[in-house]
Amino acid sequence: MSDAQASACAFSSGGVLMNLTLFLQHLANGVALGFVFGLVAIGYTLVYGVVKLVNFAHGDIFMMAAFFVYYGIVLFSFPWFLSFLFAIFLTALLGISIEKVAYKPLRNAPRISSLCSAIGMSFLLENFAIVVFGGRQKPFYQPAVLNKTLNVWGVRIQLVTIITIVVSIGALFFLSYLVYKTKMGLAMRALAYDFDTARLMGINVDRTITFTFAVGSSLAAISAIFWALRYPQIWPFMGVFPGWRAFTAAIIGGIGSIKGAMVGGFLIGMISILLVAFLPDLAGYRDAFIFIMLVFVLLFKPTGLFGET
Amino acid sequence: MLEVRDLHVSYGAIKALKGISFKVEKGKVVTLIGSNGAGKTTTLKAICGLVRVQSGNVFLNGENITNKPTNEIVSKKIAMVPEGRRIFPNLTVYENLLVGAYQRNDKDGIQEDMEWIFSLFPVLKERLNQKGGTLSGGEQQMLAIGRALMSRPDLLMLDEPSLGLAPIIVEQLFEVIQKIHSEGKTILLIEQNAYAALNIADYAYVLETGRIVLQGTGKELLANEEVKRAYLGG
Repeated sequence: MSDAQASACAFSSGGVLMNLTLFLQHLANGVALGFVFGLVAIGYTLVYGVVKLVNFAHGDIFMMAAFFVYYGIVLFSFPWFLSFLFAIFLTALLGISIEKVAYKPLRNAPRISSLCSAIGMSFLLENFAIVVFGGRQKPFYQPAVLNKTLNVWGVRIQLVTIITIVVSIGALFFLSYLVYKTKMGLAMRALAYDFDTARLMGINVDRTITFTFAVGSSLAAISAIFWALRYPQIWPFMGVFPGWRAFTAAIIGGIGSIKGAMVGGFLIGMISILLVAFLPDLAGYRDAFIFIMLVFVLLFKPTGLFGET
Repeated sequence: MLEVRDLHVSYGAIKALKGISFKVEKGKVVTLIGSNGAGKTTTLKAICGLVRVQSGNVFLNGENITNKPTNEIVSKKIAMVPEGRRIFPNLTVYENLLVGAYQRNDKDGIQEDMEWIFSLFPVLKERLNQKGGTLSGGEQQMLAIGRALMSRPDLLMLDEPSLGLAPIIVEQLFEVIQKIHSEGKTILLIEQNAYAALNIADYAYVLETGRIVLQGTGKELLANEEVKRAYLGG
């Protein structure tokens, strides 16, 4: 074997190794992004499950959360973690207020009315953000601690990726506990089926719906924080595409199903990352791939992967 | 225990109740009979605050509960089994019963009442972890009654429990209703099956197009010629 051949051989085996670590690196990113989409998708699915409304303002609630963090740090000089908590709290309040103002008065109206109201609320939030926060992109604060890169068996993973995954798993466990083991969760699941009968059981319908919006919006805030740590430019339309993708994730998984929202979020997160990583020529078609996947899922299973008929 | 005075309810331009008054005394079985559209279900919904009362009042143990929020009304030891059962198909039998006890926090008492309900309806215990939607019609009705009892009510209101059930199941159901009554619950029963209802009723009212047209003890009405002709098929 000539030297040239040997080095070519070594090079190619090195290449395989490189590809594997590269793949794992992308995989970790895909998982983290999948969780982010999943958490946003759960917000859609929870609200839809309980009040049968697609909350089209959810993506903009997500955007507002990022700005709440920004202003927590810039305006009030909160330390970053306090600013995160402050943003989650404010976002929950925002979700509750939106429900009170835009959806509750229409609860007995035809469903199309609250749908229009949701779309209107989405435009309102975006334009509010343009007027008040400004249309130009703003830098999202990057805590130095979170930007550390860890080396796990040769795979370079950012600390923030790991934290995204860990916190998301925590949020998921908390959520399943909430929905399946607590009284409030029982009320939410009863409401999903029948308001009047739930009332007859002594359930306070308004309070349960308020709670549902608070939970959905807090999850949007958590994912917005992770999103902005990954893509650190924030602006009034930053919620539009993540919102659409997460909504698509909820539909693919079967709207109303928490498990489905998570799986849908994962599929979309993976496609987004892996497509860009391995077929960079097609990266521009990322959303086309996502919506093609949606079409196929709906063709074969109109209720989504985990949807109930 | 329950007193309804001159109750008026409308759905838009349609007057469903045109001044209804009746009483349910403690420890009694009282029934409202009447044909479709007479206003029976509306009466129960008005008592529970599920439809708006235009005028007139509902008193529970002397307290005016007219147009109070439903969750407040049902916290006053009053429970309703809605028409068509309305169990939660997406929840298990166990969870359906737990929803019934939504306003209670006494774990031991809840467990105790659940055991009591299993003694009334043994089949519910066998189906405990099954989804409500997978039960048969009769089982769903049992679950709906069990769910209502889980709030430990003094007054149990049943809206057409016999609807769509086989005659043999209806017979069993009425036996259980009597048993529940004999254990100290006051019962307000709404039925199209006038014969079965009048048989177990202490007192009965006949409803026609939003008005009470006749009243008397169960026995009196069973013997009444008009009732016989209109509701008992003979």
